[in-house]
Amino acid sequence: MRFALFLGCNIPARLNQYESSARAVLKKVDVDLVDIKEFNCCGYPVRNLDHQAFVLASARNLALAAKENLNVISLCKCCYGSLKKADHLMKEDASLRVEINKILSKEGLQYDGDIQVKHFLSVLFHEVGIETIKEKIDKTFTDLNIATHYGCHVLRPSKIVQFDDPVAPSIFDKLVEVTGAKSIDWSMKLDCCGAPLWGVNDDLSMNLTEKKLENGKKSGADFLCTACPYCQMQFDTVQNTILSIRGTNHQLPSLLYPQLLGLSMGIEKDLLGLKMNDLPIEGIEDFFTNLEQKEMEA
Amino acid sequence: MFFTISLYVALAIFGLGLVYKASTWFRFNIGVETGKFSAQTRVSKAISGIASVLFSVKILTLIKVFVVDVVLQVRILRQDFLRWLMHICIYLGFMLLLLMHALESFITEPLFTDYYSTVNPFMFLRDLFGLMVIIGIGIAILRRFIFKVPRLKTNAMDHYAIIILAVIMISGVFLEATKITSHTEFQVMVEDYAGLSLEDDAEEIKALESYWVKEYGVISPNVKKPFDTEILDQGKESHEMSCAECHSRPQWAFLGYSTAKIISAVALGLDKANMPTILWYLHFFACFIGLAYLPFSKMFHIFASPLSLLANAVMEKEKSDPANIATRQVMELDACTHCCTCTLNCSAAVFFETFPNTNILPSEKIISIKALAAGKELSEQELRHIQEGIYLCTNCNRCTVVCPVGINLQDLWFNVRESLLKKGYPEFFALSPLSFYRGLMKEDGDNYQKPLDKTREAIADRCELMKMPDKVLPLSNIDSAFKGILNQSDQANTFSGCFGCETCSTVCPVVANYDNPKEVLGLLPHQIMNACGLGLKDLALGSNMLWDCLTCYQCQEQCPQGVCVTDILYELKNEAVEQVKEKPLMERKL
Repeated sequence: MRFALFLGCNIPARLNQYESSARAVLKKVDVDLVDIKEFNCCGYPVRNLDHQAFVLASARNLALAAKENLNVISLCKCCYGSLKKADHLMKEDASLRVEINKILSKEGLQYDGDIQVKHFLSVLFHEVGIETIKEKIDKTFTDLNIATHYGCHVLRPSKIVQFDDPVAPSIFDKLVEVTGAKSIDWSMKLDCCGAPLWGVNDDLSMNLTEKKLENGKKSGADFLCTACPYCQMQFDTVQNTILSIRGTNHQLPSLLYPQLLGLSMGIEKDLLGLKMNDLPIEGIEDFFTNLEQKEMEA
Repeated sequence: MFFTISLYVALAIFGLGLVYKASTWFRFNIGVETGKFSAQTRVSKAISGIASVLFSVKILTLIKVFVVDVVLQVRILRQDFLRWLMHICIYLGFMLLLLMHALESFITEPLFTDYYSTVNPFMFLRDLFGLMVIIGIGIAILRRFIFKVPRLKTNAMDHYAIIILAVIMISGVFLEATKITSHTEFQVMVEDYAGLSLEDDAEEIKALESYWVKEYGVISPNVKKPFDTEILDQGKESHEMSCAECHSRPQWAFLGYSTAKIISAVALGLDKANMPTILWYLHFFACFIGLAYLPFSKMFHIFASPLSLLANAVMEKEKSDPANIATRQVMELDACTHCCTCTLNCSAAVFFETFPNTNILPSEKIISIKALAAGKELSEQELRHIQEGIYLCTNCNRCTVVCPVGINLQDLWFNVRESLLKKGYPEFFALSPLSFYRGLMKEDGDNYQKPLDKTREAIADRCELMKMPDKVLPLSNIDSAFKGILNQSDQANTFSGCFGCETCSTVCPVVANYDNPKEVLGLLPHQIMNACGLGLKDLALGSNMLWDCLTCYQCQEQCPQGVCVTDILYELKNEAVEQVKEKPLMERKL
């Protein structure tokens, strides 16, 4: 299984632990990754201002992957949503396709909708499969309650992104439960993390984040789990800011899914970058020892 | 005499230029904070900073960076082998020519007692180094003019650099070629070194001349091939007595010799026209111009780039003195060689294809920032172009990682962006996820929130209806052109399905956040859909809701009528910005 790895802009600059942990996990389950150096921004940040610029940026990435005849795997849900949307438009909107391909042709590129875009989680769930992942599990967590945060741009608009059931999604929960952790029910599971407004309307952004954290905490979560750099930075770096600005007291640390899975697979901790998160997550390892203790007690 | 005067003039301009340019490092300011430090403070901080590095373990880092990045230029090699070959050829070739050939009386002669420029290995090496530079120039021309690399910009300074190097090299090679073929030169040498006089030793000179025509490429008006072996033997005898000691065979000067062969048909004419002297002047003047103009041209990077690499290796944003960071950032502008590695790797460069603003490209931003730092008066339009170009950056840090001279570009953009935003011009990109990084980096103070408010005001300012407290709708405000635009778009025309059930507003987490959402957000999503249906452009475009939309797609997903609510909000945002941009700059209140 080979994919072109689409990292986007945030991960290499600010979330190296996501890249290194995801690479390590994918290597363990025999997914080969190809790096395409020429990839650019997915276009998501300019969608507010210019539709064509957004489609062009995404389509250029798709064209680069198509040139290598590779499907794309994205670690970011906003990149995923943008690439899927652009892919859809390039297939459906003939006049836009002509316009975009005209610009792309200046550097010998063209995109006619010939590849697939996948998110990291859907590759693990659908391509690799739960059974294969289970075989690679080294040790399992006990009594660990995880609140999965799906992220908007993989779920909606469901007709275009086609990730999972938009109302009752389950693949992330199943992936979390492979590690022995329990994926809890919480009412705000499918809500936005608040990141799209961070830097634009900070008060509103913090309100939304805080509500989610409070809901997760109340529902009994020990940790949040994400698979998107924006969501992760919002729940980690921005939560840290909220804790200091607002002095609120419902800290709920967040970790990236490949960090959780990687721990369970027994991958080296340096690769998982546990220490690189702003809010400490190393405590999660205590949930491994519980099992041994219980056995001892028994 | 003339030669000496022009050399000293060139040296004087070069020296003063160096002092002037280095002084700008301490005088010019980039960004918000730097004005706080006087030039004097910056000089003394720099001296103490350098001293503290030199007398610490960091000296090892400096040595490593000097060898790996300055001498071997591994950072360029990591990017592209061809470009590394180009640069190493030019820089190594030129440096060796400078030391061995240009400074021969200061370096080579004292070092090697048997040095003559016409004796091997020096004669061969001179042409070898020259060939290296010429290969380098050739690759540069290929890259800049033949390969059509998208978004690689070539400016006047890049042309100058290639031309001045090419003139120096080509004049040098032709000078060598015309001297090889020159009969006049031969006669002068015969009189000066062989002790033969033209009248008394005609026979002997003829023999020597024949030998030199046959073996050394001289083109003579007197003797012609083929020659008798007897004469050649006689010539060889005189040659070995008087000439051989100082002259290796000319074939070793392979560039000059092959050029001499090419021009042999016209060599007599060139010699009569005194071409060697003309080329000699050309060669030297090109060198002097290159020398005098060096501090003001991009060639100044030969001083600034190594300093930038070394400084960035031992400086850290949080730990280093802010005065020294200010100085380093100005110096980095001189270190830039406009190689465009940043632009070719830039995540946002692709947007240049749709936004006609060269400041989007990092390599071109640097040029604008140079003008800003030098305190040049820029128009509102120019300033806003720079601001837009700098804001249209995803802060992915790639430019900084790849810069061959180690410039911390990301910090530079951030610093300049904040100082430009302070001027109070609205920045539409501020209302986009591009602001995420700015949010992460925020510090307390007014300067953070102001640009965001200003931009919202600039957009709302265009929407008269929105300002009315009670929105009694005069139907005369229907804008059919606006409705037409929405109808043309496949996703926007779905608004016509809206039957006002308010599901979109009910599920919206932003609406849910406020006790009195209309007060804060203006129109709610379902009302915006209505405004679209009624063609009330001002209402559709002027509401805060547009910019507070999370794009979480809850509304669109749950709409029973299949209205693409979120996508419509996207289109309205595009439209709102377009509308403000269209308004002439003068009219706008700032």
